[in-house]
Amino acid sequence: MLKVPSNRGLYESRREHDGCGIGAVVNISGHREHSIIKYGKQILLNLHHRGATGADETTGDGAGILLQIPHEFFFAESEKLGFSLPMPYQYGVGMVFGSKDAKLRQECDRILEEAIGHYGMEVLGWREVPVLNDCLGKIALVAEPSIRQVFVDGRGLQDEALERCLYLARKRAERIVRENFGDKGEDFYVTSLSCRTICYKGMFMAWQLFAYYPDLADERINSAFAIVHQRYSTNTFPNWRLAQPFRCIAHNGEINTLSGNRNWMWARQTNMASGLFGDNIGDLFPILTPDMSDSACFDSTLELLVRTGRSMPHSIMMMIPEAFGPKYHISTDKRAFYEYHSSVMEPWDGPAAMVFTDGRFIGGILDRNGLRPCRYLVTTEGLAILASEAGVVEFPPEKIRRKGRLRPGHMFLVDTVEGRIITDNEIKSKVARQKPYRRWLEENRIELRGLFDAPKLVKSDLETIAHRMRAFGYTREELKMILTPMAVNGQEPIGSMGNDTPLAVLSDKQKLLFDYFKQLFAQVTNPAIDPLREGLVMSLMAFTGKKRNILDETPRHCRQLKLPHPVLTNEDIERLRTVSRDDFKVTTVSAVFKADSSDPADSLQRGLNSLVNDAENAIRDGASLIIISDRNTSRTMVPIPSLLATAAVHRGLLNRGLRGEVGLIVESGEPREVMHFCLLCGYGANAVNPYLAFEALYLLRQQGDLPERMEPAQIADNYIAAVKKGILKTISKMGISTLRSYTAAQLFEAIGLNRQLVDEYFTGTSSRIGGIGLKEIAFEAIARHKSAFQQRPAGALELDFGGEYHFRHEGERHLWNPTTVSRLQHAVIYDNAEAYADYAGAVNEQSRQLCTLRGLFEFTEGKPVPIDEVEPAGGIVKRFCTGAMSHGSISKEAHECLAIAMNRIGAMSNTGEGGEDPSRYNPETNGNSKNCAIKQVASGRFGVTINYLAHAKELQIKIAQGAKPGEGGQLPGHKVTDEIAKLRYATPGVTLISPPPHHDIYSIEDLAQLIYDLKCSNPGVKVSVKLVAEVGVGTIAAGVAKGNADEVLISGHDGGTGASPLSSIKHTGCPWELGLAETQQVLVMNRLRDRIRVQVDGQLKTGRDVVVAGLLGAEQFGFGTAALVAIGCTLLRKCHEGACPFGIGTQDPELRKRFTGKPEYVQRFMLFVAEEVRQIMAQLGFRKFEELVGRVDRLRTAKAIDHYKAKGLDFSAIFHQPDISDKSKLRLSQTQPNKLDDHLDWQILEKAAAAIEKKKKTVIEMPIRNVNRTVGTILSNSIVSKYGPQGLPDGTLEIVFRGSAGQSFGAFLAPGITLRLIGESNDYLGKGLSGGRIIVQTPDKSPFMAHENIIAGNTLLYGATGGEVFINGMAGERFAVRNSGATAVVEGLGDHGCEYMTGGMVVVLGQTGCNFAAGMSGGIAYVLDEAQLFDTLCNLDMVELQNVWRQEDKDLLYDLIQRHLKWTNSERAQHVLDAWPDMVGKFVKVVPIDYRKALERIRAAEQRDTETTPATEEVFQWAR
Amino acid sequence: MGEVKGFLKYKRQDVGHRPVQERIRDFEELDLPLTADQLHQQAARCMDCGIPFCHGVGCPLKNCIPDFNELVYKNRWQQACQLLHSTNNFPEITARVCPAPCETACTLSVSDEPVLIRHIEFQIVERGFEQGWIKPQPPAGKTGKRVAIIGSGPAGLAAAQQLARAGHETVVFEKDEKIGGLLRYGIPDFKLGKYIIDRRLKQLSAEGVQFQTGVEVGQDISTRYLRKMFDCVCLAMGAGQPRDLNIPGRGYENIVFAMEYLSLQNRLCSGEPVSESRLVTARNKVGIVIGGGDTGSDCVGTVRRQGAKQIYQLEILPKPPETRPPDTPWPTWPRIMRTSSSHEEGCERLWGVMTKKFSGVEVRVSQLECCRVEWIKKNNKWQVKELPGTDFILPADLVILALGFEHVVHDGLIKDLRLKLDDRDNIAVSNYQTSEPWVFAAGDTVRGASLVVHAINSGRGAAVAIDQWLKKGNK
Repeated sequence: MLKVPSNRGLYESRREHDGCGIGAVVNISGHREHSIIKYGKQILLNLHHRGATGADETTGDGAGILLQIPHEFFFAESEKLGFSLPMPYQYGVGMVFGSKDAKLRQECDRILEEAIGHYGMEVLGWREVPVLNDCLGKIALVAEPSIRQVFVDGRGLQDEALERCLYLARKRAERIVRENFGDKGEDFYVTSLSCRTICYKGMFMAWQLFAYYPDLADERINSAFAIVHQRYSTNTFPNWRLAQPFRCIAHNGEINTLSGNRNWMWARQTNMASGLFGDNIGDLFPILTPDMSDSACFDSTLELLVRTGRSMPHSIMMMIPEAFGPKYHISTDKRAFYEYHSSVMEPWDGPAAMVFTDGRFIGGILDRNGLRPCRYLVTTEGLAILASEAGVVEFPPEKIRRKGRLRPGHMFLVDTVEGRIITDNEIKSKVARQKPYRRWLEENRIELRGLFDAPKLVKSDLETIAHRMRAFGYTREELKMILTPMAVNGQEPIGSMGNDTPLAVLSDKQKLLFDYFKQLFAQVTNPAIDPLREGLVMSLMAFTGKKRNILDETPRHCRQLKLPHPVLTNEDIERLRTVSRDDFKVTTVSAVFKADSSDPADSLQRGLNSLVNDAENAIRDGASLIIISDRNTSRTMVPIPSLLATAAVHRGLLNRGLRGEVGLIVESGEPREVMHFCLLCGYGANAVNPYLAFEALYLLRQQGDLPERMEPAQIADNYIAAVKKGILKTISKMGISTLRSYTAAQLFEAIGLNRQLVDEYFTGTSSRIGGIGLKEIAFEAIARHKSAFQQRPAGALELDFGGEYHFRHEGERHLWNPTTVSRLQHAVIYDNAEAYADYAGAVNEQSRQLCTLRGLFEFTEGKPVPIDEVEPAGGIVKRFCTGAMSHGSISKEAHECLAIAMNRIGAMSNTGEGGEDPSRYNPETNGNSKNCAIKQVASGRFGVTINYLAHAKELQIKIAQGAKPGEGGQLPGHKVTDEIAKLRYATPGVTLISPPPHHDIYSIEDLAQLIYDLKCSNPGVKVSVKLVAEVGVGTIAAGVAKGNADEVLISGHDGGTGASPLSSIKHTGCPWELGLAETQQVLVMNRLRDRIRVQVDGQLKTGRDVVVAGLLGAEQFGFGTAALVAIGCTLLRKCHEGACPFGIGTQDPELRKRFTGKPEYVQRFMLFVAEEVRQIMAQLGFRKFEELVGRVDRLRTAKAIDHYKAKGLDFSAIFHQPDISDKSKLRLSQTQPNKLDDHLDWQILEKAAAAIEKKKKTVIEMPIRNVNRTVGTILSNSIVSKYGPQGLPDGTLEIVFRGSAGQSFGAFLAPGITLRLIGESNDYLGKGLSGGRIIVQTPDKSPFMAHENIIAGNTLLYGATGGEVFINGMAGERFAVRNSGATAVVEGLGDHGCEYMTGGMVVVLGQTGCNFAAGMSGGIAYVLDEAQLFDTLCNLDMVELQNVWRQEDKDLLYDLIQRHLKWTNSERAQHVLDAWPDMVGKFVKVVPIDYRKALERIRAAEQRDTETTPATEEVFQWAR
Repeated sequence: MGEVKGFLKYKRQDVGHRPVQERIRDFEELDLPLTADQLHQQAARCMDCGIPFCHGVGCPLKNCIPDFNELVYKNRWQQACQLLHSTNNFPEITARVCPAPCETACTLSVSDEPVLIRHIEFQIVERGFEQGWIKPQPPAGKTGKRVAIIGSGPAGLAAAQQLARAGHETVVFEKDEKIGGLLRYGIPDFKLGKYIIDRRLKQLSAEGVQFQTGVEVGQDISTRYLRKMFDCVCLAMGAGQPRDLNIPGRGYENIVFAMEYLSLQNRLCSGEPVSESRLVTARNKVGIVIGGGDTGSDCVGTVRRQGAKQIYQLEILPKPPETRPPDTPWPTWPRIMRTSSSHEEGCERLWGVMTKKFSGVEVRVSQLECCRVEWIKKNNKWQVKELPGTDFILPADLVILALGFEHVVHDGLIKDLRLKLDDRDNIAVSNYQTSEPWVFAAGDTVRGASLVVHAINSGRGAAVAIDQWLKKGNK
């Protein structure tokens, strides 16, 4: 069998992701029939679009079906084979993949048989599973295993007892095969071995599953349920075993916390014991193996919990707990259950829709955020269907008894034995009360009295503080730019314009070990979370102390210290130390090493060894909590870098099987900024006491650096608050909700650490270019220590400035410095080639002096060609783009200047995330065009209308941005001028928020859907996806290529920004050299490179940069900061203050007057760069640019790097060229397949010709199915192309659909179109609605109450700018998210309704979920609040609730409901209107506070009849 | 930083001067410092740039300008004073005489007026003295090494202070009667009162710097003596060789070099004895200053104060433009028209004028024969060309040559030590070390005549180099 390639170059196989569609069908009564399999097939076929195909377009990523064992069928088959099966549940069936190599297969079979025998069971016989492989794709075919079934006699065992033994036998066989054959044994895979269920799966597209296994068509095969799964993988490598379902589950989503979960599972093995398994438990280990995917790990752990006696629902609740923070109104018993279990196991966190079964129960659950869709329906005939989409199986309306969706954290469960659906409440209350968890907690959990009291700011010995601060590398800049803002504002500090300093490993300065790590973040395969607006799901609470046997539950399990958050003050830690209880002992171990050693590395190593030994001894002495402390730092003792100390103890204890015995608390002078805390927690610390940071704050206060009014307690409080917020933000970037599952999850990438060091202490962390080891770390630590205790030069200040953020002469080097900025400006203003040469020389030279990785590269010589044979500069500049900078982040003048310049030279400018003034679409009389060729679609969807989309050459989906990947943005009210507000469809003076994730991209198949939507919005447009470099970006890029994008943009981590937290600017993502090289390698390996263009950006400055990037695989190049410098920016880094004196990063009219940039400057810059490119091309012997793309063989490491740190770097992984013997191309050479051919809109366009051509009133009727996606969008494009944004007159065209609409129904719908859907719809209805009308109506014959049933999916009206929607039923989560102009009436909705809304109007005639109106800064919502509980569900941070008492409000509301009635015939509407005088009082009006004030001011201004003062100016005054 | 958009709210407010009619009657300083509130606003204008060009390219000393601006804005003067002194030994001097290249490099100067950096510096250091924050910082221990500094101008004094603080025994040799070099004798009192120098010297003495005045090394003591008594030497005697104007009539009396002229007046002001025969005064005369630089301007102010009836200042270069020309783009020092306080006091400035001949009555000069010139670029070099028919004559009773300096004086020490010179006839050095390893050099002796701020910077640099050299056990 062919395998997933092992790690090569920058590719790491464990970075693979998958997304999918899942479904389940069950006969609630438990009655088995073959039709269930047919339904399963239907579900799968209708989810086809959620899967993907590989490079050959016929190999699917995987599909499978999990069934009950069809006894009659197997009985008959076994008779044929000459053996006889016992009664059901007394025998097991295994589905076994084996090697094509007969000998190997036989040996594996023998091992399996022995294992079965070992547990007292007996193999009755084997059956070759008939297969028809002529349907398979080429890639699937090469990897095809032999597939056989084994039948096992329980020999008296039955059901659960048999299931347990089969489990043991399977695990034993797997273990022995692994031990005997290693990698070769990978082909041996038991998809299922059970007396209840069996799984058929493989590397299929949906239809192939059924073609391949004729068994499935056999009428004798019957089951009461079927679970199906369709996979979408980010690679095209053959892999049969990763297809799902697994033994217990099918999963759609991603487990973000996998590495932490793995580590903890490993730690738990030590004390794992179960009466059910006794000594045999060793056969189960390791529970998780490294080759398992996240879903497989989840499955294995779940299986363990279930097989050892916990019920299925109980186990699921442990692993995917719902959020139980204080904002949730849940029973105390349930809360206690979750809290108790948080002392037992950390959550498996990440977006997940899971269907699961143990053979009897079958159910589904969603993660706490509800990030994957799951819809269900129950028919009148007792069938329940659960799937990623609605409408996967069609039933006549009258046969549908109930429809619904899974809500965040909620479970749907069918008991096939009792024959009923069990509600979420019933399951959970039963599980939560099966043991007295609440009492156990109350009696055992340790909450130290006085701990976490209001902190006092500890006094500090100011005489010696400077020594200590120097010993831990403090700088003046940190005090000023990091600690002070944290203490004053309780927020992480903000900065702008990106990062241009060297990586730690390239720096001459002594860097802290922290600086060698970069945070990972979620992109595409899982979404980041908004820790502010959706903070209710987040938690920093954790238990720490001794962990006990996970397979058991006792009161002692929660005998641990409860920490509400991980930051301990200096008093807390003293209090902890003095706590002495027999059963809770606290021991301090010292993390220092000797300074006076001839061999620093040896000295450090000794220090580490004794640290870990001390920790072990402490545990042997009964410690429950270990404090790793560097307080013993002195003239002779050097602190071990706290991260190294923590990782060493964590890893050391893990290896010795002791990690579960204690909690680790770090007491160190080193940590001070958010990144430090995250790293310490990420590598194993349970809590941190940053004692020196508190002392430094004391010093700042004494010096008068902090406002006098601030009390010491407040300072400490603010600082802790800032750290807490920062941690939440960091974990949310990775899509993780709880610190419990982040702890030890190692979600970092190391840059510049050598393999040995990483393997020893940071095991499992990626570190791809080698670098320094213990020796250099010891050297840096000692140097720092020495300078700390040395006499300072005369007159020198106690601390150095630093210069990491702002340029200082003695500080860190910056690529942008006085010389480079001024020479570049001189060059472009005076068209001075010499000055450009100076500039480029300075940049390239500095690069060579170790500012960037590329600076350490060299070109290998080639045969030079005469420069006049090289492609002209005019051609090369066409490959250039300007960065995505919104009009909003920069001024109109600057934005237009860039657009004009780029259009003049045939290159592309980018709108950024902020819409564009439609007047720019028309060229000016002087020939200039201000229309940006690239239009960005970002998470805020500001100004993304059908008209905007229709005027693009390229549409760019911004998944992440270099300066702050994984984060949202905020445009403060005072920057939202009249002009900006107009472009963004918002209210002037009201803050605008961009969410961290795209709410329509929670996974890779969602991205494919958005790409499809955008292609519909402008057929023929190129779609580009912007990613940020981090380890694994290559695999994501492959997924993007499979999602049909035309271009992928890899951004470096150092890109500029208008405003971003400093920790993000400095510590997230990696250089583009790594990201680009990885992308190129993975795309080439997957044979996807030739169908997608690759662009790169991130501090590109010179022609040399362009050529290096080209050789690494880029075809297009983006310039952000450099283009701004060309038009006057001097890197004040004050964009976030809006105070740019050059009129660039500001909206202040006074400052904008100062803008002096000219398009010519930008043109000259681009041409200078292109000329430099030509010169290098000539030198290297390339005539055409395309010839050099991907020619990584023309790069090598610069000779003679003698820098003490950089000399350890190894770039061979970057320069790795994947095997291209099979002629896979290295660059774009074909276009993506056109997937719009079968779009429903083409039929509509034919029928609507008269409406479109002659504006004739037309009504069309047609059926619709869930596979018909993005209906109405191509239609809208053709209307807007013809008539402009105003579209057709209202009522011109009405289309009536019957059935279940696919995703993105009516996306970007243009004015004049009415879509009426009789049936139901899936997610993203009315996405970007641009003036059209959508009606969703419950069919007349439906027996259920419309307003209690789900009729539409999640994330409706996302980014809508106009139009109206009437929904005769309930919608799902995130209704009207980021709506900025549409009007909607709906009869109920899920959580997070009206999130980030900035305009428009929403009427809810029924229930809402929690967190309504989070981040809502504009628009109005009316909610019918019959239970008078709405205020408990609404997020009141930004809105206030009012009664509807104004007559105009009442009229408006009445009118809207009346129209709802008219359009949908809603009973609910009728009911409300009938009792209007009674009902109107029950409505609550939700008004954003900002917005209300803005509106009042605008109204007042209108009434004042002033011509001179625009209302907005006043709003600014207030908004400031 | 100061205030967000502070620069929009507050305009630059330059330092005022005493009224002309008042100030020309004495030699007292003429600045009128801003009030505390005014200064606060000026500090508020600083934006704490990500790249502070003031610090990065403007200030040779790399003063941490944004940082002290902020401290002043926050009323934290003592820390500002400490910070200022961490890069600059004598801010009270640079705050008075530096042309402030920091201000022309200020980011605000691109499209607005720069932050009032020099005056902020002035107020910090003056407050420091007033409050007694500027105290001697004697070294914790002595190294036992001895260093001789030759010359007590800004370079020598900066080197001396740094070396003394590092624990070396430091002796400054000065040929004149008082310490200070150019600071004391070359800069008029109305720009730099001499009490300023004395105030600072007290600190140096307390830190252990020893001064030997009236000693000319090479004459009064030999280089052999130096070699014997000291571990190393730092030459900092300036670039004393003035540039002359060798045209017919140069031999007349009343044609003097600027330095002679200015030092004479400075001695008079401080009450030092001046021999009658050397006395030159402009009282009731027509004074002509040849040379349009800063020294020329100082001469103009002095001539005015001496009571001249008419003053001309001649410059051979064309009149510079009012605004920054392309050849000196921001953030470089711009070649623009500058009007000093001395010019305000009354003087006729002539540009593009070449003096061809002095003529006189008996031994005294009485007139200048001049002509207009233009500048032509030839082979990438600017050449001056007379404009025919533009000859004219200026009356003159006193001519002061302020044409700058050529290089260090070669006779004496340099020759005795046989030091190598560079192509501009200054002392050749590598990291402040001359061709004779135990001899270091700093300031104008190395760089040629330049700004005080460069001299201080050079003195500090030399001190570091010497300290490192001595620590290695060299001798």
